[in-house]
Amino acid sequence: MWYLCVFFHRLLDYRKAEVESLAQLFSNEDQEYQCLQWRLPLHHHPDSPFHFVDLPSEDVAKSIANRSILVKGMYELWGEGGSYEELEECIRNYPDERKLPYLDSNSTFKINVDTFGKVISLQKQTQRIQGLSYIPFKGRVNLKNPEHKFWLMETDDYGASNGLPPMVQKRIFFGREIGGADRKLLPTYQLKSRTYLGPTAMDAEMAFLMANQALVTPGKLVYDPFVGTGSILIAAAHFGAMTMGADIDIRVVRDGRGPDCNVWSNFKQYGLPMPIALLRADNNLPPWRTGLKEVFDAIICDPPYGVRAGGRKSGGRKLMKGVIGPYIVPDDKRTDHIPSTASYSLVECVHDLLDLAGRMLVMGGRLVFFYPVLSEDDNVDNHFPEHPCFKLIATSEQILSSRYSRVLLTMVKTSPYTEDIAEAARLKHLDFKENHLKWLEDGNLHSAVFSPTDPQSNGAADHAKFTKEPKPKYRGKYV
Amino acid sequence: MRLLTHNMLSSNIKGVTNGFPLRIEIEKVVEKQVDFNADFLRNMFPKIEWKALVGAAHTLGYVELPEEVEPSRLDSEDFLRKFHHALLELHLEEGALVCPETGRRFPVSKGIPNMLLHEDEV
Repeated sequence: MWYLCVFFHRLLDYRKAEVESLAQLFSNEDQEYQCLQWRLPLHHHPDSPFHFVDLPSEDVAKSIANRSILVKGMYELWGEGGSYEELEECIRNYPDERKLPYLDSNSTFKINVDTFGKVISLQKQTQRIQGLSYIPFKGRVNLKNPEHKFWLMETDDYGASNGLPPMVQKRIFFGREIGGADRKLLPTYQLKSRTYLGPTAMDAEMAFLMANQALVTPGKLVYDPFVGTGSILIAAAHFGAMTMGADIDIRVVRDGRGPDCNVWSNFKQYGLPMPIALLRADNNLPPWRTGLKEVFDAIICDPPYGVRAGGRKSGGRKLMKGVIGPYIVPDDKRTDHIPSTASYSLVECVHDLLDLAGRMLVMGGRLVFFYPVLSEDDNVDNHFPEHPCFKLIATSEQILSSRYSRVLLTMVKTSPYTEDIAEAARLKHLDFKENHLKWLEDGNLHSAVFSPTDPQSNGAADHAKFTKEPKPKYRGKYV
Repeated sequence: MRLLTHNMLSSNIKGVTNGFPLRIEIEKVVEKQVDFNADFLRNMFPKIEWKALVGAAHTLGYVELPEEVEPSRLDSEDFLRKFHHALLELHLEEGALVCPETGRRFPVSKGIPNMLLHEDEV
């Protein structure tokens, strides 16, 4: 059945992906991943908050809406039109057997008026509600806790204040609410309320979106190989998952900033179950026993790709091939020795992550992680990392500056990790070790993002601006 | 560190072929309650090296686990409770994991194992 799905006007690229993931989660079918069918209302832009979506049942629609972060509401549409006359005709034609159960005299109800892109006065809202008198409401009005909520939604001129192209004609919707996101989660978990934070702690809203993309449910085991202060695992734990995290920096995972300000205390603060395990390990040389595979239901992470924080791995001096010979730790210094680390390039980091996920995820398990994209590159489109075990099912871009974006990639494990794949990964690993310096230079993302623009190339850039379709303005910081 | 973690880790020092299971050196063991979830336990069971779990539980002083186990035992609530306790509620808070082949100690402090290798071990 088709439902009207109204989104918050935020993180535009993430909205449909979230609903699709949740549909997979709540449809309870072990089938291969299937795309949902979407339809736009008349005259609406693809970035509009209003969409129609085909879902298997009202229960599924309700579960999706209530679990989501970006769905403002999911509605059973009773009528729509370009004018109030059209709307009335449409509502009158909507079958009685769909309407009457919700108009019953024993029920309580409330009508909300909502507008997108403009504000209307309370007086006008009341007029609009009174204008619906042709619907035979028999129940009692209850503004605080109604059984049925109805929404009258108007959209016109939404382009002007939200960066969308202007509408040809206004559109009015009337429908019964089925469910909506519980955004109260966000103030509860917002970073500024959290005791222990690192410089790259994941924003709460994004962490919940990532957990939704990863289909986190109670009893699943979720792993973050770059756990840091645990911000991603907190979202996973909120949805009931068993969590496990590793980090190469022992100060972050073990010590934090004291006994009441560390990763454990972050979980305690929200009354969440503690992670099943935190360990200090190197994603480049993971300490998993041979034969261990398919244990994690999801791997969710924000790899250190060197823009805000650089990655580190074991090694350091030894790996600088030909510069310094292999380094031997003297026996009497071993106990408290702090091993040196080497830079961990983006290419190598992503390779290791995919290989780890290929081995350690269950079949159908999900790998959800961020990948940086420079907007200057013309060939960035669809150039994401690949792995024979995985199918890429969603890419959601968040523009962070005029130069770069991060894209949330959602991958599903569709083929088992074979010996051939393991061997290919091992060779690649050796190759990375041999060519350490080369990869380091290749992965120099930081300077591309932060260095001042070269005045020489400005002319060319200007030229490119005219030839290339500029990104819409509203896809910025606030949306 | 829970025994689930112990069951997943091995010594990955270069050249070590048999780094599992890591021997446990105890300084301090604590028990922490974890919500019981039968589905999680049933999912984890086939991935666990049973002998290593029994051995580790013994080291920590818990002897209720049977030496051999048939998957059919997973239907028994009593068994699941014991499995749950051994796998998730026993913590090595302070101590070390010792590589069975080289004797290298991986320290465990504040419940967190430090699996990072020295320069000459990678």
